[in-house]
Parts: sequence; C-alpha cells; structure tokens
Amino acid sequence: MGGHSEPSQIQSIIMEIRLPRLILALLVGAVLAILGAVMQGLFRNPLADPSLIGVSGGASVGASIVIVTAGGAMLSPLAGLSMVALGAFIGGVITTLVVYRVATSSLGTSVTTMLLAGIAIGAIAGAFNSLLSYFSDNQMLRQISVWQMGNLGGANWQKASLMAAVSLIIFSLLPGHAKSLNAFLLGESEARHLGIDVQRIKRQLIFLTALGVGVSVALAGLIGFVGLVIPHMVRLLIGPDHRALLPASALAGASLLLIADSIARVVVLPAELPTGILTALLGAPFFVVLLLKQRGEI
Amino acid sequence: MSIVANDLSLHLSGFDLLRNIDLTIEAGKVNVLVGPNGAGKSSLLRVLTGEIKPSKGDVLINQQPLNDWSMQDRANLLAVLPQHSELNFPFTAAEVVGLGRIPHKTGFAKDQAIIAEALALVDASYLQRRLYTQMSGGEKQRVQLARVLAQIWQPSDLGEQFLVLDEPTAAFDLSHQQLTLSIVKQLADRGVGVLMVLHDLNLAARCADNLVVVNGGTIEASGTPEKVLTKELIHQVFDVQSVIAEHPVAKTPLVIT
Repeated sequence: MGGHSEPSQIQSIIMEIRLPRLILALLVGAVLAILGAVMQGLFRNPLADPSLIGVSGGASVGASIVIVTAGGAMLSPLAGLSMVALGAFIGGVITTLVVYRVATSSLGTSVTTMLLAGIAIGAIAGAFNSLLSYFSDNQMLRQISVWQMGNLGGANWQKASLMAAVSLIIFSLLPGHAKSLNAFLLGESEARHLGIDVQRIKRQLIFLTALGVGVSVALAGLIGFVGLVIPHMVRLLIGPDHRALLPASALAGASLLLIADSIARVVVLPAELPTGILTALLGAPFFVVLLLKQRGEI
Repeated sequence: MSIVANDLSLHLSGFDLLRNIDLTIEAGKVNVLVGPNGAGKSSLLRVLTGEIKPSKGDVLINQQPLNDWSMQDRANLLAVLPQHSELNFPFTAAEVVGLGRIPHKTGFAKDQAIIAEALALVDASYLQRRLYTQMSGGEKQRVQLARVLAQIWQPSDLGEQFLVLDEPTAAFDLSHQQLTLSIVKQLADRGVGVLMVLHDLNLAARCADNLVVVNGGTIEASGTPEKVLTKELIHQVFDVQSVIAEHPVAKTPLVIT
C-alpha cells in the first residue's frame, strides 16, 4: 500500500477487498473441513474426503468447459459470479447426482458402491479435463491450472455473502446429525438398530456436501488438503466423537485457510500465490508430525 | 408378549434362504438358534430384526407389525448385537457403550451411570478409558455386548424388550462365555426375550429355555434342550455321530461327539 495512500483509499481497500476475502477464506475453510469430517463419518473411512463423491472432479470439468468455450471472463446473470464459478457449481452437483444415482437401489444407498462410482466418475472427469486442456491455447491452459490450484483472489462481497448463506444452512443443520454420525461409525445396520433413519440422513448429508463443496469450489477453486486432513488431524487430537469433531474441524479449517491465504497474498509481492499451494505446504508437515507422534504412542 | 414370525419365506438372488418359518420368541425366555453353517440362522435373524424384508410372511413385535413401530420406538424394544463390528475409529469403551443410549433421552448423568454399570457387568470396567481400536477381539466383543445391554438397560413403557445376539461367545474365553450366559439368564429373569445364535450345542443346552434347530432354511425341531437334542437329530442335521449324556451337575443334555 505504501506510505502515500489516502486514509479513504486504505479504508476502501480494507472494506472492499481485504474484508470480504478474509470472510470468504474463513467460511470456505470451515465448510470444506466440516464436510470432510462428515464424509469420513459417512464412509466410515478416515481417508475419505468430499472429492470422493465426485463433486470436485465434476466442478473441474464444469470450470474447464466454460474457460475453453467462453474464454472465462464473462459475467453470469448472477451478480458478481463469473461463468466459471457457475460452470464449476453445475458440474459438481451433476456428478454428485450421477454418483448418488449409481449407488442407490431399492435397498438404499450403498456407500461402498458410492466410493467406487466416485472413483469411476472421477476418472472420467479427469479424462475430460485432460481432453479440454489438450485443446486449449496457452492462455486458457494457464487459467485452467490456476483455477485448479485454488485462489481466493477474486473475493468480493457478493461471493462472501453467497458463501455465508450456504455456511449458515450447513452449520445449522449438521450439529443435529452428530449423534447419527457417531452411530454410523458402528455400521449402517447397527445405526438402524439404534433408531436412526439411515437412508434419510445419508441423503441429507450427501446433499449438504454437494451444496457446500460445490459452492466453495465455484467461489475459490480447488483447495485440496483441508477436507481430507483437517478432520483427520482434529480426530487425532480430540477423538472421533462428532459432537466435538464437527465444530473443531470447522474452526481448524477456517484457521488454516485464513493463514494460508494471508501468506499466499504477501509472500511473493507484488504477485500472489494460489492459496491451494499454501494449504498443502502448511498443513502437510504438521500432519506428518502428528502421525510420528501417534506412532510413538502405539 | 413376544416376537412372532408368521410363515416367513425369503428368496434372494434365486435361492430359497428361508422357507415357511413359524417362530415365537417369548419375553422372559432364552431362545437359542443352532444349526450347521449356511442353514439360514443369520438370514432368520436379519428378517426378524427388520434388516431384510421377507419375501412372504410377517414379523410382529408385541403384536404390532415390525414396520409399524417408529425406528425410535423399535430401538427402545429391540437391541441387536451383530457377529462382527465394522467400528474402526478410536472411540473409548465408554463412548462405544454410550452409543447404546442414543435412542433414549435420560440425560448425561443417568447415561454415564448406565454406561459404567454395563461395562462392569461384562467385566470391562478396566477398559473404560481405553481406545476400542487397541483392544483384543474378546475385549471389543465385550464392549459391544455392553453397548446393546445399555440400549435396553431400563424397561420400556412400550412393552417387553428383546435382545438378539449373533454368536456372542465366538471370541470369548471360557470364563467370559459363562459370564455371557449368566447375563443372558439375568435378562430373561427381568422379562427380556433373548434370541441368540450359538454353535456350541452344550452351551446352548445349558442356557436355552427354547432350543430351535434350523436346517436348510426351515425349522427342524424346537422345544426344551432335553426334547430336541437326540442322537438321531444331531446325525440328521450335522451329519455327526454322537452320544447324549446328562450333565452331572446341571442335569442338562451333554452332547459328546
């Protein structure tokens, strides 16, 4: 900013650029981490993450299609949202629906089938992405790869408010499912014997994940690591009880993304690094230390 | 009151797993299912507990069809212990047993007291703070047993309660096998209807009020162990030659092969 900026200029930078970006970082980090915890509970697998149900892969394809066909700069009819964001959201939701349909029979939704279908659909999405990249020119290629690294640089109040609305839905509905998620860890039929309507809750959790991750990815691109590793780290520290795990994961995810984004913004001034690079660089070593510590205890 | 199965049949992927089964599980009685591998014992348990819908026939709990009970009410009446548990997350034993209190709204303090009592009953108090993932097979199974006991710890306003156990003693040493049988008998004395699959005919003979022999998807025989366990039946069902003696102390049948 330098020493010559007018006070009013500084104020408008803070209010119009920094503050919405800070809010977006906090909310996206919290939502990705809490939904990671939900997916790990639903799949009874500590290595699950939201991308398992196809939402990230689909979002990637959606974004790439828009970048390649429309150049990516166009604004959509929705205020403040680029066509790329809209394409990513639609792509993410469509793939999740396909994965969900494949795994759902008259007997209910099989999480194992869903996991495998997610891998299959993810592979198709990856192939589409490569195909689109192959036919892109240099500028499109760069746009695609920067988008895939995840970036909070384009934050504004419209994006922050949209994310706030989605977060509000997620944070008000998820705590009510914490006990059910605990029972899910026993197995689905055990959860049913504990009086839990497994199919209804599964459908709701998958819907909330598609919504939350779809919007996060649309607004901030692919930010890896948060959804997979934050819940895992928090579980190592405080145990698997979702009544504590869900809020603690949200807090940890928000903190990590805020710190990562702040560093991404200043570390190579005057340029900026994509935030997704920093989340992995910051979080992974910490995770390795936790694993080493846990290895010592067992 | 009771769990009643009327003319149950189950066909799955071209196989007749169960054929025309009539069965009554009375409250206050210990009912034991025995039979060779693949006889349909587990299928029968799954139909009786509502996990699979029968192809024909119906199941009533306390005179009301299984599916007419709300899931919550059913969980107050019926607790089920599966043979294997998928639990793979580091809950403490107390937390696992606490899951059995999910269908109830008795409050934290009461639940904690029940959890401690249930763990003490299965000789697992020392496991309370230990992580489930670090326990031996027998310890895990005892904690799971405590969980289903906690689920039906107190009588319900909705009627008699039932406990279904699929081979509960498989991972247990001798003393914990005996402990399980005595817990099951205490529950029956309290009025709970117990249905359990066992492989050991002598264990079954020691604790069963009603012994049900399943073979080829049908019920081959049922009644008191004295009536059911004959040389001929054991040869016919298990294809094994045996001698039936009398237990010198308990006076129950003793199958010697």
